[in-house]
Amino acid sequence: MSASAPASVKDASTPTPPLRRGAPARIRKLAAQGPLFTAAVLVLVLLVLLAVCAPLLAPYEPDAIDLKNSLAGTGPDHWLGTDQSGRDILSRMLYGARTGLLGPLAVVGVSTVLGIAMGVVAAWRGGWVDSLLSRSMDLLFAFPAMLLAILCVAVFGAGLTAPVIAMMIAYTPYVGRLVRSIARQEQTRPYIESYRVQGWSGWSICTRHLIPNITPTVLAQSAINFGYALMELAGLSYLGFGVQAPTADWGVMVSEGQNPLLKDVMLPALAPATAIVIAVVAFGIVGEGLADRVSKRER
Amino acid sequence: MFDKTTAGDTEARPATSGTDTAGRDVPLLDIAGLTLRLPDHAAARPILDGVDLRVDRGETVGLVGESGSGKSVACRTVLGLLPKGARAEGTVRVEGTDVLAMGAAGLRDVRRNKVAMVFQDPRASVNPMRRVGDFLTEGLRVRGVPKEQALARAQELLTEVGIRDPHGALRRFPHQFSGGMLQRVVIAAALSGDPALLLADEPTTALDVTTQAEVVGILRRLQHRHGTGMLFVTHDLELAAAICDRIYVMYAGRIVESQPVADLFARPRHPYTAALLASTPRLEADAAAPQPIPGRPVSLAEAPPGCAFAARCAFAIERCRSEAPALVSDGPAAVACLRADEGILQ
Repeated sequence: MSASAPASVKDASTPTPPLRRGAPARIRKLAAQGPLFTAAVLVLVLLVLLAVCAPLLAPYEPDAIDLKNSLAGTGPDHWLGTDQSGRDILSRMLYGARTGLLGPLAVVGVSTVLGIAMGVVAAWRGGWVDSLLSRSMDLLFAFPAMLLAILCVAVFGAGLTAPVIAMMIAYTPYVGRLVRSIARQEQTRPYIESYRVQGWSGWSICTRHLIPNITPTVLAQSAINFGYALMELAGLSYLGFGVQAPTADWGVMVSEGQNPLLKDVMLPALAPATAIVIAVVAFGIVGEGLADRVSKRER
Repeated sequence: MFDKTTAGDTEARPATSGTDTAGRDVPLLDIAGLTLRLPDHAAARPILDGVDLRVDRGETVGLVGESGSGKSVACRTVLGLLPKGARAEGTVRVEGTDVLAMGAAGLRDVRRNKVAMVFQDPRASVNPMRRVGDFLTEGLRVRGVPKEQALARAQELLTEVGIRDPHGALRRFPHQFSGGMLQRVVIAAALSGDPALLLADEPTTALDVTTQAEVVGILRRLQHRHGTGMLFVTHDLELAAAICDRIYVMYAGRIVESQPVADLFARPRHPYTAALLASTPRLEADAAAPQPIPGRPVSLAEAPPGCAFAARCAFAIERCRSEAPALVSDGPAAVACLRADEGILQ
């Protein structure tokens, strides 16, 4: 190899600069997107931290019943009061964040991977493969995610698993269709052909170049999907199809908070409802912001 | 303007001549009777017709023609890249093996190890999201070269193509380079696999003229030093003359003339070549004004029977419109013109 290269490197021992950008630069780039975006990112980071650290932060066990303290108002013992069974609402909110985020995470993670795979294969292969995959995605579009989830619960029983699996499938075409259209565009760019000319296999080109280059757009869509999935799963839990009482979950808590509402006690329902709204809005803003960044870069 | 002998020539490596198992000399690239047809509803639309072309080791061969003459398509078939749905006849042999008959694995081997290509627009042919260091090393890394070694090699290549601060260049993105600098990076990448044949598809068309000269100089020098054969595709006859040993002139999907450079300029044998030369502006005081070629270039599909150039040719006779001329060899030259022997161009 080196025989053909007479020009020698003057100092081979010079450490080569790292090819990756460091974390601080990345954070600065994110902040440049605007204060709303930054705030939304911070909210999400906080949310994740709270969920992860719930056992350390929660003042009470989420399921500890204290009937004497039923529907206690806010105070030093219970910052957000207690619910009908005297359970500490703050503790239940913290634990509820775990189920609330874990479900959408599974849905978005799996649907993103499946969607990228289906979209890229459809775009890359074209022809009948494309027709088959596109038609099957169209077919999936015909079923609303909620309906598919309820159907799944009817067959496999209530709990988080059945609706999450149903929604993984239902969310895939949203990602798949987007990926197919941007991959079709991206693969006509000459650099893709130049890799083919260099003897790269289709698999290597797709995994090393095509998919990384379309990932920013896909991530933006996935962030928005995360918000939708969170809302829909909370809705299913509220209806009693998803997470089952007495497990702490925002959807379940809203449902349990309905009776206190009749007694003019707001917090048991209002606290989890607010949390859901904040999370969904934050995911929406982050998704829009990411999409904005991508389109700015392309211009 | 384009100096044929440059500083690097002193280090020239002797071109190793390839021989096949029988001991005969095998040309590096040997295209014989290449005909390409695109299926267009009922009748197949032709784009190339009986193209013959040869490149020997260490030789630079120009393929000159107007847009739509099929020169780029011919160049791409060397890598087994046919237009979608195209049917090919004839053979395209790289070091004796027919590319058109190869399977996917064989093609990959040719593309990775034997033939490299430099495209027209460097800006478009590099992944904009990856750093130059990644771009230069990934090919080596795929072949199993350790990372440190690949980076050192990448620096070496960048030095060779005349990029200042090759160390820092590795960390930069393609958009941080000018077109000419990026084309140098692309050339460095093309040479990273030590190819025997370099295909240059209008590598300087997207660059401004002074940059063109530099890039051509670098190509010429590196090719000389590494003993690489080069097929240089261009529409610019002057440019081809500056760097090529031999030139093929293509018109409407057919080779109409091939000659060593000096002979081609001194004594063009095909009226088309002569017309091309006459249409080039010259700086000399006593030079004749450039003569445009009447009419417009046709593609092979719309070419009439007979000689495709007949309609624009000042020397066309009745026979030219009905009889397609064959490419006739005469020593190092070959020409496809019915009246080539009549001395019409003298």
